Amino acid sequence: MNLLEVKHLKKYYATHKAVDDISFVIPKGSIFGLLGPNGAGKTTLLRMITGIFYPDEGEITFNGRPFNPEHDIHRIGYMPEEKGLYKKMKVGEQALYLAQLKGLSEKEAREKVKYWFAKLDMNNWWNKKVEELSKGMQQKVQFIATILHDPALLILDEPFSGLDPLNANLIKQEIFDLSRNGTTIIFSTHRMEQVEEICDRIMLVNKGTKLLDGEVREIKQTFKQHLFRIGLGVIPNFAQVATHHFSIVKQEDHGYTVKLSEDSSTNDILRHFISHDIPVTHFEEVLPTINEIFITQVQKTAQYE
Amino acid sequence: MNKIWLIIKREFLTRVRKKSFLVLTLLIPIFIAGITIIPIIIAVKGEDHKRIAVIDESKLFTGQLSDSRGLYFKPLAEVSIDTFKRKYSEYGYSGVLYIPDIDINRPSGIEYYSKGQASIMLESNLNRQVNDVIEKKRMELAGIDKDKLEEVRSDVKVDFRSGEDDRKGSSAVAYAVGYASGFIIYIILMVFGMSVMRGVMEEKMNRIAEVIISSVKPFQLMMGKIVGIAGVGLLQFLIWGVLIVSLQMLIPLFVSADTMQAASQGAAVAQNGGNAAMAEAIEKMNYVVGSINWWLIISCFIFYFLGGYLFYSALFAAIGSLVNEDPHDAQSLTFPVTLPIIIGIMIMISAVQNPNSPLAVWGSIIPFTSPMVMMARLPYGIPGTVEYWELALSMLLLVAGFLATTWVAGKIYRTGILMYGKKTTWKEAMKWVMKKG
Repeated sequence: MNLLEVKHLKKYYATHKAVDDISFVIPKGSIFGLLGPNGAGKTTLLRMITGIFYPDEGEITFNGRPFNPEHDIHRIGYMPEEKGLYKKMKVGEQALYLAQLKGLSEKEAREKVKYWFAKLDMNNWWNKKVEELSKGMQQKVQFIATILHDPALLILDEPFSGLDPLNANLIKQEIFDLSRNGTTIIFSTHRMEQVEEICDRIMLVNKGTKLLDGEVREIKQTFKQHLFRIGLGVIPNFAQVATHHFSIVKQEDHGYTVKLSEDSSTNDILRHFISHDIPVTHFEEVLPTINEIFITQVQKTAQYE
Repeated sequence: MNKIWLIIKREFLTRVRKKSFLVLTLLIPIFIAGITIIPIIIAVKGEDHKRIAVIDESKLFTGQLSDSRGLYFKPLAEVSIDTFKRKYSEYGYSGVLYIPDIDINRPSGIEYYSKGQASIMLESNLNRQVNDVIEKKRMELAGIDKDKLEEVRSDVKVDFRSGEDDRKGSSAVAYAVGYASGFIIYIILMVFGMSVMRGVMEEKMNRIAEVIISSVKPFQLMMGKIVGIAGVGLLQFLIWGVLIVSLQMLIPLFVSADTMQAASQGAAVAQNGGNAAMAEAIEKMNYVVGSINWWLIISCFIFYFLGGYLFYSALFAAIGSLVNEDPHDAQSLTFPVTLPIIIGIMIMISAVQNPNSPLAVWGSIIPFTSPMVMMARLPYGIPGTVEYWELALSMLLLVAGFLATTWVAGKIYRTGILMYGKKTTWKEAMKWVMKKG
């Protein structure tokens, strides 16, 4: 079951096409990474999904029904990249206000805010003004304000920017918890190491168009270079590595990274070293990182210009 | 509409809870009460008991100078002015009035000696009395019967009646009321308009706008702010009204009615040189103030305050949404909006003097200037100066006007509030208005 289905979404501005015919689906309960360089159209895309912008063309299906901003907005939590709170307002009041704008009653809002403040150890912040808090603390408040109304879809645009590793980890754990409890999460970023750690699925956009999307595992398989890392007990001499089964890409301390030739299998590599009586300590496939895929894909589209 | 209420509440409460609101709201009535009370107190206190020695070498003034409140004349005979003017204070006098042996037809050399500069009230009192005495003497010499003269003296005032019910009125009061209310509306438009603009800028600058707009429509956010600030304004007016009225009712408690009258008479003497004239003026004032339809003025004032505020504040909100990082942008962007307000105050100033000129009539109908100009014309009477159809058309156009500006501003605001980076021009903003959807 898909929580969100987006078909042929378009948003054109006078000077450029911000989102040009993008389609994708997000299964319920998954963590979906939206990747792309700056100015790729991520924010415009997210603003359409959050009902801030109307698309020029295309349709959005939310929870099996056409997306109706009036109503569905209450089931979405959106934390924009540029975080913002009223500086002069007290933290507790602010959280209550934002929760009520999402449709909670004052009583519900108060309960939720208290629960989350206690959970994230923020109880004594209630009467502080936002301007008295550090940037990281403000971001925690912002995160809580985004999830107070138990959204079915949580959209986080660069949620970790400005957070110290400790708080980043705390928020990361909360994201995992929410995901386990069935919240679908869209995670927009250009920090690739976080994507691999957190996301189930990703979509890569550039210049308003989709470059690729799918499960992280599948994408890595699709873009694999047939590279393997082999650890050896003894470094072989030059003659001992001459074979048509593989070529050496990189020499390492105690082994090599090798590229498997077409028509050869991984066992051919192992068999080759074993037959030369060279002890193999480890053997693993080297899959491309999302970062590498990102860079090659973006550069590829740039070349077509 | 629960959400727009939440926004109104927040806008209202955050402003009302500020210390500056309390300070401003309390200080202004105290200030206004102060400028009403202080002159009275000064007048009363300034007029302490004065004994004035009179050295009259002409013998014309014997028994002619009348004592008044706090002012006593003491004729001294056989005293030389040259010696006495140095030591009058030793005998407990505050000053010496010296009248040499004057030629009644060419009096000169009448002098008053005192330590400090004589007060304006004392000066006018002495001048009046001295002149009265001389006039009287001259009349006697010329053989004019003073009583006869009083008899023939004419003091007729033309009654100015207007309207079908021949109501009496005074252009002076209408001028004052019209000018004051027009000016207050001008200040409201500027101050509260700027307040709306700063509020929008704040939301845009600290990026809370995007968070809120993912929960409510931009139009709701804009209207919530405008209505919330209007509420602050109304509350402030209400408090001021109550405070000013109650403070002015308290004045008689501090200052007895007797002194009040003395003070106003004293002031009158200073200005007009005659108690009678002032008493008459006060009487006239009282009846003219009664001749103005205060309920009409107050209800129209509230209508034009709200109408004008709604008309302009939406435009100020649109400007706020166009400003980017640099607050100086606001100055160039506000110009097209402040310009009609300034034109309005200029037409208003001309309209209070000439409420039926075509400029005043049209200025009071066109919504860009009507809140100020109509308030300047209304005290001159309706119907009469302002026809019913003019008032109706003006009100209708103002309502239509603020619906239009709100619509236009809503379109600009919706796009502007989420635009970051480059400076937006009015030309560009108007394109957003024309864009459908």
